[in-house]
Amino acid sequence: MAKFKKEGKKKLPAVSTASLPDIIFMLLFFFMVSTVMREVTLVVKIKAPEASEVQKLEDKSLVSFIYIGKPTSALRAKWGEADRIQLNDAFAEVNQVRDFISLKVEKIPEYKRKKHIVSMKVDENSKMGIVTDVKQELRKANALKINYSTRKMAVEEK
Amino acid sequence: MVRETPEVSAGSTADIAFLLLIFFLVTTTMDVDSGIVRKLPPPLPKDAPTPPKVKKRNVYTVLINSRDMLLVNGKVGSLDYLRKDVKEFLTPHVPDNPQYPETEETELDFIGKYNKSKGIVSMQNDRGTSYKTYIAVQNELAAAVRELRDALSKQYFGMDFKTLLDTDKDKAKAIQKAVPMAISEAEPVNFGGNK
Repeated sequence: MAKFKKEGKKKLPAVSTASLPDIIFMLLFFFMVSTVMREVTLVVKIKAPEASEVQKLEDKSLVSFIYIGKPTSALRAKWGEADRIQLNDAFAEVNQVRDFISLKVEKIPEYKRKKHIVSMKVDENSKMGIVTDVKQELRKANALKINYSTRKMAVEEK
Repeated sequence: MVRETPEVSAGSTADIAFLLLIFFLVTTTMDVDSGIVRKLPPPLPKDAPTPPKVKKRNVYTVLINSRDMLLVNGKVGSLDYLRKDVKEFLTPHVPDNPQYPETEETELDFIGKYNKSKGIVSMQNDRGTSYKTYIAVQNELAAAVRELRDALSKQYFGMDFKTLLDTDKDKAKAIQKAVPMAISEAEPVNFGGNK
């Protein structure tokens, strides 16, 4: 029988962890670049409807968001059950939409203003009445490009 | 005498990077915003001339009432066959068929002479219509137009419209001209009663 060599004193060298920070940094940069910070806290509850014919919103700086839905359960006691509009961080009325849009458009550099787009994030159970009111306001504010925010639905062939 | 400064230990950079990483992991929302893109008609000036009358055969009307029911060309309609119906309506019919919209011969870049359909889909909804149904109808109409564009694009350029849009904008424009997004939304009314 062969004798095993005694290797008791020889230890496996530890794996170098010097490159660990680099790996972590790479991950970090990936997340930093891909992160979109939440800019507003929602005060209305929104569950977007489903659709298959969707287009992506390209440049976030050119988009104004209008939220429509029922107040969140915490705010329901104060604000009631009816559908409401949210602009920025607070509830708003229909007549405030125009000012909101013009303020937003002013911030966009002149040569990009044509690309301004309004994203309507509307709860699927909302009624069209309030949506129509907002759309009429948008027409008056000359913000004609709109995007009905939807969830992507699996495309089925018909 | 110059004393060498001792090297700062870099062992903790990993920890710092980890902390930052976890912060970004938590705050990240990966969802890309997407949706159906539409263009609103510009506001009408007060002294606007009355729009020219459109022939009845050129219009496909879709009405949605406050109970989310569809009335398509005067008959009760359903979302299930709306897409197929609209596709058939917007497909140019040559020679002229009085059941379908008129066609108009147009000269288009890349395509040449093309018989373009004059059909328009008119959509009207009630104030009580739910947003879900409205989007579903919009989606079906958009899908119908997209499928027609795809078919035409395949026929002339051998690829679907989306690929064409990415590769050759001018050719895509020709397709867009041949199959316009002919959806018009009438001013809303309140025919359902309850709001």
